[in-house]
Amino acid sequence: MTLLSVKKLGLTISGTPILRDVDLDVDAGEIVGLIGESGSGKSMTALAVMHLTPVGAEKTGSVRLDGKELVGLHDRQMCFFRGTEIGMIFQEPMTALNPVMTIGDQVAETVRVHKRVGRTEAMVVARDALGRVELPEDRFPLSLYPHELSGGQRQRVGIAMAIALRPRLLIADEPTTALDVTTQAQILDLLKRLVDEDGMGLLLITHDLAVVAGLADRIAIMRYGEVVEAGETGEVFREMRHPYTRALFEASRHQPVRLAPEVRPDAVPVLDVRGVVRDYPVARRRLFAPRRFFRAVDGVSFVIHKGENVGLVGESGCGKSTLSRAILALEAIQGGHIHVEGEPVGTGASFAARRKMQIVFQDPYGSFNPRQRVGKLICEPFHLLGAEAPTGADRDRRIAEALDNVGLRSSDALKYIHEFSGGQRQRIAIARALIIHPALIVLDEAVSALDVSIRAQILDLLADLSDRMMLSYLFISHDLTVVRSITDRVLVMKAGRIVEEGETEALFRNPQHPYTRQLIAAAPHLDRALAARDIMGGNNG
Amino acid sequence: MSAFFVKRVISLILSLIAASVVIFLVLEVVPGDPAAFMLGINADPQAVEALRDQLGLNAPLVERYFTWVFGLMRGEFGTSYTYRVPVAELIADRLWVSLPLAIYALVLSTLIAFPVGIIAAARRNSLADVTVMGATQFGIAVPNFWFAMLLVLVFSISLRWFSAGGFPGWDAGAYEAMRALTLPAVALALPQASILARVMRSSLLDTLGEDYVRTARAKGLTRSQALWRHAVRNALIPVLTILGLQFSFLLAGAIIIENVFFLPGLGRLVFQGITQRDLIVVKSVVMLLVFAVILVTFLVDIAYAVADPRLRRQHA
Amino acid sequence: MSDAPVVLERRDNLWRAALGSRSLVIGLAITLVFVVAALVSLAWTPYDVTKLAIAIKLRPPSPEHWFGTDIFGRDILAMIMVGARTSIAVAVIAVGIGIVLGVPLGLAAATLRGTLGDEVIMRGNDLIFAFPALLIAILITAVFGPGAVNAIIAIGIFNIPVFARLARGAALSLWTREFVMSARVAGKGRARISIEHILPNITNLLIVQGTIQFSLGILAEAALSYVGLGAQPPIPSWGRMLSEAQTMISIAPHTAIIPGLAIVLTVLGLNLMGDGLRDLFDPRLRRSRL
Repeated sequence: MTLLSVKKLGLTISGTPILRDVDLDVDAGEIVGLIGESGSGKSMTALAVMHLTPVGAEKTGSVRLDGKELVGLHDRQMCFFRGTEIGMIFQEPMTALNPVMTIGDQVAETVRVHKRVGRTEAMVVARDALGRVELPEDRFPLSLYPHELSGGQRQRVGIAMAIALRPRLLIADEPTTALDVTTQAQILDLLKRLVDEDGMGLLLITHDLAVVAGLADRIAIMRYGEVVEAGETGEVFREMRHPYTRALFEASRHQPVRLAPEVRPDAVPVLDVRGVVRDYPVARRRLFAPRRFFRAVDGVSFVIHKGENVGLVGESGCGKSTLSRAILALEAIQGGHIHVEGEPVGTGASFAARRKMQIVFQDPYGSFNPRQRVGKLICEPFHLLGAEAPTGADRDRRIAEALDNVGLRSSDALKYIHEFSGGQRQRIAIARALIIHPALIVLDEAVSALDVSIRAQILDLLADLSDRMMLSYLFISHDLTVVRSITDRVLVMKAGRIVEEGETEALFRNPQHPYTRQLIAAAPHLDRALAARDIMGGNNG
Repeated sequence: MSAFFVKRVISLILSLIAASVVIFLVLEVVPGDPAAFMLGINADPQAVEALRDQLGLNAPLVERYFTWVFGLMRGEFGTSYTYRVPVAELIADRLWVSLPLAIYALVLSTLIAFPVGIIAAARRNSLADVTVMGATQFGIAVPNFWFAMLLVLVFSISLRWFSAGGFPGWDAGAYEAMRALTLPAVALALPQASILARVMRSSLLDTLGEDYVRTARAKGLTRSQALWRHAVRNALIPVLTILGLQFSFLLAGAIIIENVFFLPGLGRLVFQGITQRDLIVVKSVVMLLVFAVILVTFLVDIAYAVADPRLRRQHA
Repeated sequence: MSDAPVVLERRDNLWRAALGSRSLVIGLAITLVFVVAALVSLAWTPYDVTKLAIAIKLRPPSPEHWFGTDIFGRDILAMIMVGARTSIAVAVIAVGIGIVLGVPLGLAAATLRGTLGDEVIMRGNDLIFAFPALLIAILITAVFGPGAVNAIIAIGIFNIPVFARLARGAALSLWTREFVMSARVAGKGRARISIEHILPNITNLLIVQGTIQFSLGILAEAALSYVGLGAQPPIPSWGRMLSEAQTMISIAPHTAIIPGLAIVLTVLGLNLMGDGLRDLFDPRLRRSRL
């Protein structure tokens, strides 16, 4: 008998249909991947199984756990299953734990609400569970609070809470999306080990095909609240019966077409960074302790030539965002110097260097003042031109040109930003960067918040613009697949230093520095995962 | 604890110094010659000179400030010009009315507000929630001194359950004294309880939307277990701030309520001080009340650190 | 993230939503009644509030005097109308003082974040917070004597830190937003960003807080007049009507009940309006994870 059997599950919230006829099976000891883009209903399916749907939700169909029907159970009855039979972990480890409770108490709570045991006994079980998720007693006593742990460690505590009573089924909702690649790999390994040891069924919900390709026994692909294709992992990837499966697959390994730039090393480089140092003062621990500094960027040097796309990769906290702010003259540097097309960059009043560069940020929703029209929004960089800024019809022409370049209509200039989707907003952000014809655009995680299909379109747009306008990009990202697809050269940053630099393909094929190797090995890679399953050869890296 | 605690203590002391300078400047420098001010326009110049001497006004400004502050630290507030007794004595008597009244009201308001706020949040949009929140809208809009008058009209004049005013003193026994303070405390507490209940409700609604409440439910906690063990405790952190602020409103409110019930508290003293132009009394009472407000703010900061481990460990 | 366009905050929708919000409509209606009464009183009142008529003192409500007469035989309806003028004028000017001085201070503190300037501004605010409005009024009155202007100053001073803190807190979170970073990349200065990007995005908050402070100002003015620190005779004010009625409360309860109701209704109307505006400006519904 299947462990979890979902049949014709339907869900409406306040009358709006969310899920339709969802069928899903998970067997004991099996990992099932549930894949979809945002809004596909994959998380809502999990919450419906758990009876944790929002107020106003109505369910139809059947959810059976070991043959026992869960749909229609009273909340009190369902509380018995949660924690004992089904455990669940969530995406955001930073907010998923109660900040005012110790980790020991939080894990022990799972035991105490289900079993008639005292605190001491529950703590023994909690200790054991934390041990199983590789948080050993000597370094992680039960008395720690969540804020004393890193994101990956917190996610382990979340897992310990879910598996403390050895449930038969574990549901993991995007468990690694908020984590760095190396941490992600460790958490995925841990989940796999727990499944093997306990014979649990694991329902792994993710947007990332590469993650499930390497891990799942079977997968189901969702769109618009329906499962469009499901089956054994290898089979689904081999056959791709549904067009959406194919589209998702293509978008995930999308490679924008680019011309190789003609780099002339003797010309003045677009960006020249030499020995840059950025120190932050650290909050004093004691009142009269001497002021100490944290070196976020430590002697970084590199150049970007005209038309060249350079990737900057590294995990959170490595200093890549600080470096980008220093390049854009948003922060003062404590050592070294930065030149853009020969003009020195400083936080002073001169715009000579600053008018040659622009930035595109990650969050398409926070990047625009909601109270201004698009036309006014994208003109903002004209401020850098001072008296030379175009006015009147000239200005309108430049706005239309910028919007046209990113595939939008000139009439869009009259709209407000809330009238656009996430992908369109990112196009507008690029238009804003293009409008003063910069030589360099810093792309700070510019496609990281987008769904794969939209991401592929934006990458194509970026590649096209770079070719047509001889634009140079500094492409900052934690996503190695994207960096590999669009850049010519890559810098790998760790703890404020560039540890390795090289031509993109060469570096990915033959990484020299141990950290680079570790990063590349940890990053989920669709082709590599499929090759391991003998599904396709492809260019394995 | 150390660095955090030391920082808080230093900011407490700096606030007190700043507040004392402001009060000193307003009451001793702005009027020009305080002695002439206190005696009025038609005063005899010799009397003014005598009072200047008595108040030490002939000393330089800075010296006068320090004399006053060091006096305060020893509990010496000076001598009241109208009562001819040490101000410390006047204040001590009246503090035994005003302080119990403020605390009585604070306890009442907390006892009403917490359950109301929690029930309203837990049963959001239910009939109970809508009714109670409608009632708190009125509670906030009612001026406490008017509510006090209505209480007198109903419970003293019509029902004769309580006396309409006055205070028998603590010598008459704790029961009688508390009885005399009950209507004033209720009048003070109701508007504050309304505010507190609304803050409690909205803070709890915020924490109920947090991810860790969902995590708790996924562990198998029932709705009420998740509410009490996870949401309420986190919701209390912002409520503490409001509670601290309310203390200063209660002190100020007490000054007015004392007038409705003819209670011999600090409020009566300060208004007599104003009408009689007794700046010594006004200065001392205002300083005392400001001291109380600053002290409560300090205690709330410390309570924060106890309630929230993130603050505790960071500054440890 | 949803790729569907989010349609919000369109002007026409805003108006429709405003008319659909019960608390906003009721609150606005109540507030308008008192504002109109105050404006009408400038030109006309049913009776002259400066004329005393002891012969008809303490009359209960009747067809001639809808709300009865007070201890000096004045018509209470006329007194309420003129009193509305005092209350509204004091509260509006006091809120104005708070906004005009507090908001620039808060915005400046946010741009100076972490510097000595920020520290000085915020500690100054904390210091004012240590003086409840009544204590400021007591200090001012002790030196300058009571009066409506002093009440305005006292309540106004008390409002400064309220708006400064609100503006600073909101501005700080906006300063980390990417659209502000974009403006900085475009070379715009801090003062210019504060006016161009920060201020327009905190006006909603300021309007909501403004209605709340307005209602608190009405309550504070009433309290100050009640204890004799506010508007002085012969200017009618609701607070003083209550203090005059206090001794007569057992004989003529209407003299105390009616001015009190006027205060309650005005404050209630403003608070409902504030709640309605907040819901309107912040339509995201709180999700409960329970």
